[in-house]
Amino acid sequence: MAIKVQRVKLSLWERLFIPTLWNGFKVTLSHFLSFKKSKVYAEKNKDNKFKATLSYPEELWTVPPGFRGAPYLVSDQDAATKCVSCQLCEFVCPPKAIRITPPGEAGDTAHREGAEKMPKEFEIDMLRCIFCGYCEEVCPEEAIYLAKDYYEGYDEKMMRRDYALTGSNREEMIFNKDKLLERGGTHHDRIKKWEKKTADAKAQEMFPVEDKSKKERE
Amino acid sequence: MPDEAKVEEPSVIETIAVKVDGKQVAVPKLTPDWQGKLVPTTVLQACKHAGIEIPHYCYHPKLPVAGNCRMCLVHVGMPGRPGPDGKPPMNEDGSLKIDPMVLPYERGTPKGVIGCATNLIPGMEIYASSPETKEMREAVLESLLINHPLDCTICDQAGECKLQEYSMEHGQAESQFAEQKVHKPKAVDLGPRIVLDAERCVLCTRCIRFSADIAGDDALGIVNRGSYNSIATFPGAPFDNNYTLNTADICPVGALTSKDFRFQMRVWFLKETNSLCTGCATGCNTVIGSRENKMYRQEPRENDAVNGPWMCDSGRLDYKWIGSEKRLSKLNGATDWTTILAEITTNLEKAAVTSVAIIASARQTNEELFLLKKLADKFEAITDSVPRNGEGDHLLVNADKNPNSNGARLIGIAGETLGANLPAIAEGIENGTIKSLIVFGEDVTQHGISAALLEKLDLLIVSDIFANATTARAHYLLPGCAYAEKRGTFTNVKGQVQKFMKALDAPGNARAEWEFLHELVENVTGQNGFSTIEGLFNQMAGEVDAFKAKELNWAALGDDGVTVEI
Ligand code: SF4
Ligand code: SF4
Ligand code: SF4
Ligand code: SF4
Ligand code: FES
Repeated sequence: MAIKVQRVKLSLWERLFIPTLWNGFKVTLSHFLSFKKSKVYAEKNKDNKFKATLSYPEELWTVPPGFRGAPYLVSDQDAATKCVSCQLCEFVCPPKAIRITPPGEAGDTAHREGAEKMPKEFEIDMLRCIFCGYCEEVCPEEAIYLAKDYYEGYDEKMMRRDYALTGSNREEMIFNKDKLLERGGTHHDRIKKWEKKTADAKAQEMFPVEDKSKKERE
Repeated sequence: MPDEAKVEEPSVIETIAVKVDGKQVAVPKLTPDWQGKLVPTTVLQACKHAGIEIPHYCYHPKLPVAGNCRMCLVHVGMPGRPGPDGKPPMNEDGSLKIDPMVLPYERGTPKGVIGCATNLIPGMEIYASSPETKEMREAVLESLLINHPLDCTICDQAGECKLQEYSMEHGQAESQFAEQKVHKPKAVDLGPRIVLDAERCVLCTRCIRFSADIAGDDALGIVNRGSYNSIATFPGAPFDNNYTLNTADICPVGALTSKDFRFQMRVWFLKETNSLCTGCATGCNTVIGSRENKMYRQEPRENDAVNGPWMCDSGRLDYKWIGSEKRLSKLNGATDWTTILAEITTNLEKAAVTSVAIIASARQTNEELFLLKKLADKFEAITDSVPRNGEGDHLLVNADKNPNSNGARLIGIAGETLGANLPAIAEGIENGTIKSLIVFGEDVTQHGISAALLEKLDLLIVSDIFANATTARAHYLLPGCAYAEKRGTFTNVKGQVQKFMKALDAPGNARAEWEFLHELVENVTGQNGFSTIEGLFNQMAGEVDAFKAKELNWAALGDDGVTVEI
């Protein structure tokens, strides 16, 4: 059942919002005036060189450790796309920023034998993304990561762009598969489960393994 | 007078009293099997009566019982064996003594029975949710998963997989299997429409039983032994009958999947809409799976009065044209619906009585035919629709390829033989008595009314969804909808009036036929109809004799439909 929320009835004086604005200013002003005396300032100004402003973009900001980054697709050490188009990230993404086009029956075969498929197209609308990291968390293939600094070929300059994702129009802010893979870089896969599975299957003699579709293509 | 008593109460169903999870329930002694024959009720069915679902793989209500997967194991209590006095052991209070079953050689270990193939015994106690039963299920699942590949990320069944579901619900046991998994063939091309992944198969044999006993094509079997068991076809004989895709439906896991749906979309994104197959007069009930205005698949929806749980492959795959680029989506004759309908009205109002003919299609819904009939009555027009005959088969496919021939007959658009009036219409146009022709959903140039004849008409109003020789000559062309884009009802070959729902939006300017016909009828005849499909159906149900006799109304049709006299 719907609950009706009773709104507080404001008087005319209150509806002008002047007292509220004034209260807000008071808080800002008091912080402004007391900042130099605060503990935070003392902490930051230990070496007497503290500046509250930054000449961005010439000067870049040091990203604090809690910063998550933006979601990108990663490749493994053999440059194979890890995503198998399971679409779990698309499902879990709260603002529906991810849009995957599955390969279909006749789509490209996956880079890794045994993985059977990979996405035909993979788009993330960076304007929609709220950088929550659910996609990274849900991915069963460890194929999508919010850019962090532990993958191979980590480029400090590139990382820095993650807090300043910019573009001149909306379309530019929809990153496609190639762009996501390029930005995601390489992520070392220690397990390589698909390759292992195929190798195991090949080692067993009961059912000979051969990729018929591959033969046909050649 | 025992005989009389029998006559008075012929419908009393004999019941058996059993206990499910400590709750006393009375269940029918006999239950119809897959062929409808009454056979003793099983433990699994008794639990269903009590509202408890017993997990199962090989059991399917419409297939012979095989009892091979062991998923339905439950712990039960039975009355003891009769003693020397011929009486079973009793409790002190005189009631039947029920003992939980144990292994004969290990009296401390509970013994389960398979619910799908164990008949009820009066007084039986079924411990459907007991810790013992739970342990049995965990063990069965663990064993089924020993060689299972855990392919869920690339498996089309994920999201509707019974192995996933039962593992979540019933089997959270740790795997004790440390050895190497047995690998079996993957992505095997079993036939033109089916792909097999033998590693994912739980060897329930549903597919084998379906092919042999329902489809009548003994094409599948199990080869090899033990862990190497694998589903296979005969060498060189592809799995190819008109019902193969049903095996993908009943396969509880992702072992058999449809090539058509392979890697197309994950099932959890699909919006499900109840619909009907329009491939033939049988009118199999279906569910359309669509996402964002794109149809990805249709699957049979169980309706025992029509198709049971099955449908044919050709009907199932007959949907690609719906999203086609070639669909008509623009009006021809005017730019918007209001203008075009007003112009048509003006032109029709000028037409003399009996100078109009209407050729409708038996692929149209009852409602649309009913509205066309109203137009016809106004002009005393000669009407007909086009017959479409092909081959039928032993199971579902009907020789009549129109989904609504009976609707056309009952509503009075066509006579007993569809198409009998077509020569008369052609002759009327030829000698100039027919000056206006209304055609819906048919290319009449293929059916005896040549393009040259069409050129002679003063007014040709055509509605269709694809361009053809008739639409090319139309003075007014009204783009219509595919069945997935509108609502309506069909009357199938047995007189089952069934409804279908809208899954997709129509392309461009196309509009559901019943919507604009309703407007046109109102303009031309002055009769105010209903602007909702429910109202329209109910109005029709009050005017068409066969429907009136059954007191049909939209709501009462339900999901399964109602049979009328044909
Ligand atoms: S980080 Fe969150 S919002 Fe952004 S794509 Fe991933 S799941 Fe969606
Ligand atoms: S990125 Fe991961 S979760 Fe998303 S589709 Fe690819 S494999 Fe699935
Ligand atoms: S059959 Fe089920 S459990 Fe097995 S891989 Fe497919 S979805 Fe996963
Ligand atoms: S392929 Fe599917 S239906 Fe056939 S036996 Fe295996 S699991 Fe059962
Ligand atoms: S469902 Fe009973 S043994 Fe398979």
